Amino acid sequence: MTLEVRLRHGWPGFDLDVAFRAPAGVTVLYGRSGSGKSTVVDAVAGLLRPQSGRIVLGDRVLLDTDRGVAMPPHRRRLGYVFQDGRLFPHLTVRQNLMYGRRLAPAARRRTDPERVIAMLGLGPLLSRRPGTLSGGEKQRVAIGRALLAEPEMLLADEPLASLDAPRKAEILPYIERLRDAGGVPILYVTHSVAEVARLATWVVALEAGHTTREGPAQEVLGDPMVTPAGVRAAGAVIEATVMRHHDDGLTELDAGGTPLFLPRVGIAAGGRLRVRIAAQDVILSRGAPEGLSALNVLPGRVAALRQGEGPGAMVVLDTPAGRLLARVTRRSAAALGLAEGTECHAVMKTVAIAPEDVGA
Amino acid sequence: MTWLGPAEWEAVRLSLRVAFWATLLSLPPGIFVAYALARWQFPGKSLLNGLVHLPLILPPVVTGYLLLLTFGPQGPLGRPLEAMGLGLAFRWTGAALAAAVMAFPLLVRSVRLSVEAVDPGLEEAAATLGAPSAWVFATVTLPLILPGILAGAILAFAKAMGEFGATITFVSNIPGETRTLPSAVYTFLQVPGGEASALRLVVVSVIVAMAALALSEILARRIAARVAGR
Repeated sequence: MTLEVRLRHGWPGFDLDVAFRAPAGVTVLYGRSGSGKSTVVDAVAGLLRPQSGRIVLGDRVLLDTDRGVAMPPHRRRLGYVFQDGRLFPHLTVRQNLMYGRRLAPAARRRTDPERVIAMLGLGPLLSRRPGTLSGGEKQRVAIGRALLAEPEMLLADEPLASLDAPRKAEILPYIERLRDAGGVPILYVTHSVAEVARLATWVVALEAGHTTREGPAQEVLGDPMVTPAGVRAAGAVIEATVMRHHDDGLTELDAGGTPLFLPRVGIAAGGRLRVRIAAQDVILSRGAPEGLSALNVLPGRVAALRQGEGPGAMVVLDTPAGRLLARVTRRSAAALGLAEGTECHAVMKTVAIAPEDVGA
Repeated sequence: MTWLGPAEWEAVRLSLRVAFWATLLSLPPGIFVAYALARWQFPGKSLLNGLVHLPLILPPVVTGYLLLLTFGPQGPLGRPLEAMGLGLAFRWTGAALAAAVMAFPLLVRSVRLSVEAVDPGLEEAAATLGAPSAWVFATVTLPLILPGILAGAILAFAKAMGEFGATITFVSNIPGETRTLPSAVYTFLQVPGGEASALRLVVVSVIVAMAALALSEILARRIAARVAGR
């Protein structure tokens, strides 16, 4: 099931003009606030009618302004998880969960409510009302409610934005589980690069109302030209296998044959994980560094160098672990004589890798 | 109620009946108009809004006279109704219509405020879950505006109980048919020795009004807790 979106919509002072596709897995619409992400999702859900556009989900045309087709929201079969939850306050958690399911024809009911309730840990909440739930609990219920409506695609508009870090950490694994269960495809909107790095199988970058790039997460995040959330949020994602957990609180990974050390992660040996390495946490060295406290040193070769407007330069480095981004000053780049093809080493402090940047 | 005389008791019963039907029959159109005014944009919206509120501002006698012109035996709507045996003039049903028209703005205002307090985002959420708009209204909007409907209905009921000017102008003051509680109080005050009867009816009025208020408070509090999601 692939979603194809092409739409234009204008307001005074802002033009939205996007075209992208969302294949199976998690497609993340990634951009700053105000870049038009929510408008795109609202148009896909049918809550906003764009001036022109065409939206196709699988073989169903949801919108085609050229032909005057605009399917009303209730027939689109899309589950929508809103930023603010939007649970029905007068219904219990169980009634909220079953609201959409009761409206789905019996033939389309494939999802087992008990499984969803177990997966999202909602069992103890079923008879409570939304007013008594915490923010994280509300969002879990909202996800369950959307799933149980038997959607052909799940839309999530910054579902974690209103939550604090511990609540985010509580919900992210559920979404990862959902992605890995291979069920409905998900269109996920966020401005958080950490969420992109952890969740995305496909990334669509949105800047000022225009799609600037789309592709697999590693490719897009490893592209120095794509920094929709600003250069400070730039960082590449690498995949690695957990080797062993050491007694001193470290986890050793195997990233393309090189060892990588992280603060202890909750994934058993043998498991795969994704780590986002922020470009500004990477130090470059021409020679193999010695007498350094940093545990992670990856040999590599400069694949590209991008000088910025300011004092910084973005270096794209091919390493055995995958493509890395390093942000250094232009002065350092010149002093090291960095150019395409230069051999150098990437140095990363273990403790600089934040827990929210590591996911299954 | 042995302390009420038969004429007084008759007026009380009639008023309760008039107010009950006036409230019940104005609820569906009242909710519809309130929802339309709160949520929809349409040509003539200000006109509709003005029309609904007119009885609140016009002298009740004028409203009663306009009702008489429209629904009287010679009126454009009164004549066909009369032919069908549903004439309103000088009948208790006419009193109910007058009370409903006078109470309508109070009902609409109260319901409209509560519709405006419902987050349209909840209705959108219901739609994305597969609910057609009528179902969204029945299962999300309606339960959430119930406190407003209740408050409006009780206000309308109290107004209908006490309506005097439009009623007496439209359907006169016929004992047993259109002599509602306020008309009866007025009549008793016109005859010598009627003060005692008038006073007893005043007591009944106060009791009914207080009971209505107390009931609405209790129900509203219970529903408000439900709507707040506790």
